[in-house]
This record gives sequence, C-alpha cells and structure tokens, in this order.
Amino acid sequence: MIRVEELTYKVGNRKLVDGLSFEAHSGEMLAILGANGAGKSTLMKLLCREIRPSAGKVFIKGKELMNYRLEDLAKTRAVLSQHNTISVSFIVDELVMMGRYPHFDQKPAANDFSVVRRVMQDTGISHLSGRDYNTLSGGEQQRVQLARVIAQVYDSPNACLLLDEPTNGLDIQFQQQIMVLARKLADRGYCVICILHDINYASRFADRILMLKNGKKVAEGLPVEVINCDNIHETFSIKVKLMECEDYNCPLVIPATSVS
Amino acid sequence: MIKKTGYIIVLLAVVLVVTMVVSSCIGAVDISFSELLSIISYHTRLSDYQGFTSQQESVFFNLRLPRVLLGSLIGAGLGVSGAAIQGLFRNPLAEPGLIGISSGATLFAVIMIVLEINIFKNLTGTLSFYALSIAAFIGAGITTMIVYRIAMKNGKTVITTLLLAGLAINALANSFIGLMTYMATDAQLRNITFWNLGSLGGASWQTVSALLPFVLIPIVTLPFFAKSLNALVLGEPQALHMGVNVKVVKRMIIILATMAVGASVAMAGIIGFIGLIIPHIIRMTFTADHRLVIPGSALLGGALLTGADLIARTIVAPAELPIGILTAMIGVPVFIYIIISEKNKNNL
Repeated sequence: MIRVEELTYKVGNRKLVDGLSFEAHSGEMLAILGANGAGKSTLMKLLCREIRPSAGKVFIKGKELMNYRLEDLAKTRAVLSQHNTISVSFIVDELVMMGRYPHFDQKPAANDFSVVRRVMQDTGISHLSGRDYNTLSGGEQQRVQLARVIAQVYDSPNACLLLDEPTNGLDIQFQQQIMVLARKLADRGYCVICILHDINYASRFADRILMLKNGKKVAEGLPVEVINCDNIHETFSIKVKLMECEDYNCPLVIPATSVS
Repeated sequence: MIKKTGYIIVLLAVVLVVTMVVSSCIGAVDISFSELLSIISYHTRLSDYQGFTSQQESVFFNLRLPRVLLGSLIGAGLGVSGAAIQGLFRNPLAEPGLIGISSGATLFAVIMIVLEINIFKNLTGTLSFYALSIAAFIGAGITTMIVYRIAMKNGKTVITTLLLAGLAINALANSFIGLMTYMATDAQLRNITFWNLGSLGGASWQTVSALLPFVLIPIVTLPFFAKSLNALVLGEPQALHMGVNVKVVKRMIIILATMAVGASVAMAGIIGFIGLIIPHIIRMTFTADHRLVIPGSALLGGALLTGADLIARTIVAPAELPIGILTAMIGVPVFIYIIISEKNKNNL
C-alpha cells in the first residue's frame, strides 16, 4: 500500500531521514517509535508530501507520491496532524464536513451528509453535533479532527491514514478511545501509519512496529520480535525491564531505573 | 445549512438595495421614493409620465447615483477583500488598513502622480483612473507579500508580529508619502491631500466605471475559493492534505483581494475598518463558513459604506464629514472588542 524506498531528507549536511525503506499494507497498522529528533515528524511530512525528499521515493498504491494530483491524493490518503488549532470558530458538523471537500465542488451531495453522520457516530461524537469547536475539550477536539480525517477517505476503505501522535496531550481514556478507533480502521482495511510515543500502546494496538534513530531504521517487525531491551536501549537510550503479562503476546515495557 | 446560506444572501442583498434607494433619495435636493420610481420608469421607457423636476433628474444622474454606486462598490470591495485576507492570514485582525496594504496602495498612487510618470501624463479621463488603480493595486500587492513573509511562521501568523509588521509598513509608506508631498507641486498636492481624507466626494461616472472591473472580478471570483479558505482555517499543511493547492490559492487570493483594495484606495483614499468589521459581523451573526462570509461581506460592506456616506454628507450639511472619521468611529470599538476576545481565547 505504502512503499518507501531509500528515502533520505537532508538539511545542509545533516540527514534527518537516512536511506529508510519499509512497507505498510492494507488492513495493517504500522506504529513508528523513536525518541524526539529521531526523524519521525520529518518522515511523516515526507509521506504527506509536505516536503520533497532529497533522495528516494514513496509509493502509494504503486504510484509514486509526486505523480499524484493533489485532489486524487486527498481521496487516497488522509492525515491527522499533531497541532490542530483553528483560526475562526466552526460548528463541529461543518468541520467534519470539511473532510468531504475533495469530493464535491460547491455543494455537498446527499452522500456527503450521510458520510458525515456515520463518521460522527463511529467516532462517538454525535452528541457534539451543533457545538462550537473552540468550546470543546482537547480530547473532544482531537476526536472531531479524527472524524474529519476519516470522512475524507470514508468511501475508499483501502486508503491510507497517517496519524501523527494522535494521542498527544490526551488523558488515558481518550488515548484509548483513539487507539481503539485506529485499530478498527485497520481491521476495516485501511493502511494506518501512526507515530506513537508509548511503546506499550504500540505493541498493544499495532500489527508491526518501526523503530527509528537518527533517521535510520533500528528495527522493524512484529511487536513480539522488536520489543526487547536492546532495541529499546538503542532507540531511546534508556534501560527498561520487560514484563510478561497474560493475554498479551508481547511483554510490557517499564522503566528499569530505580528511584532512589 | 446551504439553504440557509441562500436566504441570508438574499436578505443581505435586500438590505443593500434598500440602503442604496434611501441614500439616493436623501440629500440637499430631496427626491421622494415615488419621484425616484418615476425617474427610473421614464428613462427605461416604461412610462411617459414625468413626475419629477429636471433638477431632481440631473441631481440623481450626475451626483446621487454615481456616488451611491461608488460607495457600494468600495464597501463591497473592502468587505470582500477583508474577509479573504483574514482567511489567508488565518487571523480575524488582518485588515487591509491595519497591516499596511492600504498605505502601500496610497504610496504607489502618490508616486504615480508626483513623479508624473510618462504614461500617466498622456492618459486622460477614465484611462487615467485605470492607471491610478493599477498603480495602487501593484502597491497593495507588494506590501501584502512583504507583510505575509514577515508575519508567517510555520503556516500561521502571530498576531503581534502581523500588527507590528503592519505598523512598520505603514510608517515606511507614510514617510515616503511625506517625501512625495514635499516634492509635489501645488496642483499635485491637492490631489494627494484627497487620499489622506478618505472621501467619496470624487464620485463620477468615470470613477465608477474605472472601479467596476477591479471590484467585480474579486466579488465574482473569490467565492470559488471559499472552500479552500475554509480548509486554510485548519492550517496550511492540513489544507494541503485535503487537496488544496495552497501555493496557487494563496497567490490568487492575494491578487484578487489587493485588486479590490488598491482600486478602492485609488478612487476614495483610505477608508479604514470596513474590511475588519464587516466580515466580523457576518461571522458573529451567522457562521464562519467562507461560502457565506465572502459574498455576505461584499453585500453588507456595500450597504454599510453607502449608509455611512449618507450620514457623512447629511449630518453637517451643507458641509461634509470625511467618511474615514465615521468608519473609524464605528470600527475602532469593534476592533477593541475583537482584541479582547482574542486575548481571552489565545492568551495574546
């Protein structure tokens, strides 16, 4: 679905992303882990076509990213950015409808209204209908934004969803809701790529994990394959302990440094 | 939602037409509504009955009508460009006057007059007004580009940087305008003073026809960018993800918005705050959806400026109040209100 080949992005002599290759498939959720400055956000911008790579290529559905028309790309992949402030206030329904913009010219069709209604149900924000976006809590705002992003590719179930730290700044309840939703989308056939900070969330919800350091791949594979003390030390420069847990096929990660 | 938008636009259009009719009737020579109808029906050959005096007829055609048309065109132009620029800068405080666009336009128009640029000298009548409009348009365009570059950071404008940039551009433009005034001859000086006042006193069929394309093109074209402007509310990267060609859209909006501002300044000088308060009223009363804000600002802007001009020319009759004073009196309190509400929202 998304294939990345030898992707490199240079600023001056520094390589923020360095010869990265990986793939993510339909119906799969790929989590990207890495410390701050590991090149996660740069990689996301490259995948979104916000910036052009210095070398290497990104393919979506076999077609090179740069060869897409912007309108077609918008129907093939949707992006949830990290910062979502809006400059003037909109009603929740209008904001979700913005996700349908690539699909109509001036007036939304009946289908667009029904997509908005269904997406709002799926994301559990139907009760926010008619509310002013700026009066919502952070968690509610994030779910509205996610609803907008899903609305954009709702009727193309093998599309890609790129989520940049979707749980950032949310309390544990909302974090879980968002991750469950992302998981459901992958199960419905979307190719979901998700930058995460929490290793345990990544191993719990994602099918595969990609670990980055200095723009390079540290490890890639099933959670149970890549979550080990060495990889985590290599990626985050921290010592951790692994804890086996029933029901989980992947060990939990907890900090190893004792508080003295 | 869409149905409602249609009703609101019709309502605002009615408000505009009523203001225009009232404004056409009131003045030093009064024309009653029935006399106005009679003038119109006589001239459109609907009726042979002449229920008006020849003085009323000539006042209507030579003074009142061009003035009302000029007022509504300028108001519409300022309203619609204010709405577009606020959308582009992602900031409800971005007003052509405050951020230096109007002074940029004035500077270029003044340079044109004082340096007596060759082409300009050979043009007479409507053509000279066109040339002046184009010069002001170029000035407005250049300043917008400069302010945009200064104030944009990570696809967002920082309010303080934006207003400070506007302050700096205003000061710079005014110093050059001062220099030009110093170099100007007496006749040129009279022309220049006109800009500092901001007045519809120069209304004539020539100014109206010179302004018409500069205002009509943005009013007709900008609604097509309404969806893109809505997407830009989310942020530039977000708009790009939704398939908006941000680069092209930005360029087009700057061109269209400065076209209206530039030509308005060229015809009537700087009339402040219309571009600030009109879109704000629409957003507060109805919705922030640019599909309504853009056409709505054009209609309400035309109505408000026509109404303000009616007051300006009747309140101290037979003298006339510069309209800039009036729009500032209405505009500044709204401006302060927006600053306070923005402060509470974003910790300005």
